Amino acid sequence: MDYLNTLAFAVYPYLAGAVFLIGSWARFDSEQYTWKADSSQLMSNRNMRLASNLFHIGIIGIFLGHLVGLLMPFAFWHMIELSSLGKQYIAMYGGGFLGILCLIGGVMLWWRRVTHPRVRAAGRSSDLFILSWILVTLLFGLATTFTTAHHASQGSADTMMTLAQWAKSIVLFHPQPELVAKTELVFRLHLFFGMSLFLLFPFTRLVHIWSLPLGYLGRAYQIVRTKRRVMVR
Amino acid sequence: MKVRAQFALVFNLDKCIGCHTCSVTCKNVWTNRKGMEYAWWNNVESKPGIGFPKQWENQDKWKGGWKVENGKLELKGGGRASKLLNIFANPDMPEIDDYYEPFTYNYAHLQSAKLSEAAPTARPLSQITGETMDKITWGPNWEDHLAGEFAARAVDKNFDGIQKQMYSEFKNTFQTYLPRMCNHCLNPACVAACPSGSLYKREEDGIVLVDQDKCRSWRMCVSACPYKKIFYNWESGKAEKCIGCYPRVESGMPTLCSESCVGRIRYNGVMLYDADRIAEYAATPNDKDMYQAQMNIFLDPNDPEVVAAAREEGIPESWIEAAQKSPIWKMAMEWKIALPMHPEFRTLPMVWYVPPLSPVQSQIDQGNLPTGPDGAIPLREAMRTPVRYLANLLTAGDEQPVIEALNKLIAMRSYQRSVHVEGKAEMAALDAVGLSEEQAKDMYKLLAIADYADRFVIPTNHGETRMEDPYGFQGQNGFTFGNDSSTGISLVSLFPERRKETAEPKTQPETADKPYF
Repeated sequence: MDYLNTLAFAVYPYLAGAVFLIGSWARFDSEQYTWKADSSQLMSNRNMRLASNLFHIGIIGIFLGHLVGLLMPFAFWHMIELSSLGKQYIAMYGGGFLGILCLIGGVMLWWRRVTHPRVRAAGRSSDLFILSWILVTLLFGLATTFTTAHHASQGSADTMMTLAQWAKSIVLFHPQPELVAKTELVFRLHLFFGMSLFLLFPFTRLVHIWSLPLGYLGRAYQIVRTKRRVMVR
Repeated sequence: MKVRAQFALVFNLDKCIGCHTCSVTCKNVWTNRKGMEYAWWNNVESKPGIGFPKQWENQDKWKGGWKVENGKLELKGGGRASKLLNIFANPDMPEIDDYYEPFTYNYAHLQSAKLSEAAPTARPLSQITGETMDKITWGPNWEDHLAGEFAARAVDKNFDGIQKQMYSEFKNTFQTYLPRMCNHCLNPACVAACPSGSLYKREEDGIVLVDQDKCRSWRMCVSACPYKKIFYNWESGKAEKCIGCYPRVESGMPTLCSESCVGRIRYNGVMLYDADRIAEYAATPNDKDMYQAQMNIFLDPNDPEVVAAAREEGIPESWIEAAQKSPIWKMAMEWKIALPMHPEFRTLPMVWYVPPLSPVQSQIDQGNLPTGPDGAIPLREAMRTPVRYLANLLTAGDEQPVIEALNKLIAMRSYQRSVHVEGKAEMAALDAVGLSEEQAKDMYKLLAIADYADRFVIPTNHGETRMEDPYGFQGQNGFTFGNDSSTGISLVSLFPERRKETAEPKTQPETADKPYF
C-alpha cells in the first residue's frame, strides 16, 4: 500500500501538474483554433443563466477557497488570530455553501447535456466526461464536509491541518505522502479526482479558464489591425 | 484628421427582384459547413416582416448596437464590466430557433424505399441532430413575399409611428426586398463587445474580421451586433461573419454577392473618412441626426487637403483614385440617393441603400394615380410603400432625406422619358429636385445601365507595400481553420478535432448496379 500511496500522493501530483502546464502550452501553441469555452448556449437557452452562473460562481469560489485554505502559511492564520477549528468551520460552511451552488448548477448543466437533443448533438463526449468528472470530484468534496463536521464536533482540526501541510509539502517540492495515508478514504478519493482534473485539463474545454479576459476591462473598444511592418515568417 | 479608406457597398433596392442569388452564391462558397448550416452571411428579406433572425431590428429585445448615455457612447448591452459579469451566460443571446433549425431531406429514402402503393416521401431531417423533424416551422426566408398573416409580420420595428392596420388590407399591401449582409461598420459594436479581442477592423480596407484562433466563444459579439450578422458556429465554437470576400476584394474583384447579382443592384467602392472623429459622430445625441453625422465623417476625395493627408497616412495612390471615382461617393454624397440602414444603431454601417420606388403600372394606365407633369410617372406621395416606413429603415425616422432621394429617382426617370419618348429633353423635373442634366445622365448610366466597370471600382490591395517578406507569405491560404496552412501538421492529435461532415441521412441509397425488384 505504501507504494501506491507514494505514487498517488507524491508522484501523481507532479505528473498531473506537469501535464497540466506542458499540455496547456502545447495545445495553445499548436491548436489555438480548438482553444475555446465551447458555449452551447445557441442550442438551448433554457435555464442557462441560472445553471451556468450557479456552476461557475460555485466552482470559482471553491477553487479560491482551496487555494487560500490549503496554501496560505499557518503564520497568517496566527496573525489574524483565527484558530484552526475556526478556520475549519469557515471551510465547512463556506465550502459547503459554494459546493451546493456548484452542484445545483452542475447537475442542471449535466441534465441538459444528457437530455437535450441539440445540445447532445453539438457537444462532444469529452464535454460530458469532464463535467461528470467535476461532479464526482465535487460529490467527494461535499462528502468530506460531513467527515470534517464529525471531527469538528470532537474538537479536532487535525485532519484539515494535515491536508494543508501535505499540500504545502507538494508545492515546496518536499512531498510527504505519509501525511495523507492516515486520512479517511473519502479525502484521498477527493484528492485523486481533484488532481486528475489538472491532468485532464489540457485535453478538454477546461482550457478556457486560462483565457479569462480580464484585459478587456482596460482595453479600448475598437481594434484596428494594420498589415504594415509585419514580419512574415 | 486621420484619413482611412473603407471598402463600402450600395444596394439599389429599386432594382432588387428578390431572387436570392446573392445569398446562394455566398452560402455555397462560405457557409456550407457543419455548424454553419443555419447561418446566412447574406440574406434577402421580404419587408415588412420580422426578418432573420426573428425581430433582429428590435433592440429593446436584443440590446444590440450603441446607446448614448450622459453624452457618452456605450454598448447598449452593457459595458466591459457587465460583459464579464455575464460571460457565463449571455442574457441577450439568440437561440437557434430565433434563426431556424437547419434541415435537409431524407432523399436517400426515395431510392431505398420498398415498392408500395403510395409514392415514398423525403421527410425533413434536422442538420443538427440528424433526426427526422415532424414539421418545419421556420426558415431563413419564411416570410417570403409577405407569407403568413399580417399580425405576425406587423411586429416589424419599421412600423413604429405608422397606423399599420390599414396596410393589412389587400389593396393597401406593400412589399419591398431587403438584401442584408455585414455592414463592415466604422464603429462596430461586435469588435467593441469581444472580450478576447479577436474581432478587428482591417486598417487598409476596413473589412471587419474574426481572428479564428483568438476567438474563445464568449459569444458577446453575437448579441452586440444590431444587424445580427455575427453567427456562432456551433461545431467549432467560434464566431463567424461575412469576410467581405476579402480574398477577392484584395485582388480587385467584387464580393461574390455583388458579382452574382442578376439585377445589378450592388455597387462596390472606396470611401475616405476621418477616423479621428468616429467617437464624436457616433455619439451624436439625436437619433435623427445620425444620417447627417455619417455623411459628415466622409472626406471629399477631390479635396487636395484630403488627398495630401491620405498620402501622409500611406494610402496607396490607386486607392485615392478609386475613392475619387467611387460609385458609393456619387450615390451617398453627391446625389444623396443612398442612405445607411438603421443609422440609429450608431455603428456607422458601410452598406448603404437606394430606397425603392413602388409604382403600380396598371393603376397609372387606368388613370387612378396622380402623376407628375409628364403624365406617366406617379408622384412620390402615390407610391405604395409609406415613406415613413422607409425612413424608419434608413434614416432613423427622418422622412426628408428619403423623400428627396425618391424625388431624384423619379426626376431622373422623367427626364429620361422625355428624351426617349418625347424626343426632347424636358428639364423641369430635374430643376425641381436640383439635379443638373449631366448628373441625371450620370445617374442613369450608373443606376439603369449599371456597367460592370461602373458598379465595381475596387483597387487592388497592395499587399506588397505591407509585407516585408512576400515570398514567405506565398502558398498560405486566406480563410483557414486553425493551422491548416502551417507545415508539419500531424494527422494524429490528442486535442479535439473538427468533425467535418454535416448531418446526413443515416440510411444511404442502394448502389445503382443493384436491381430494385
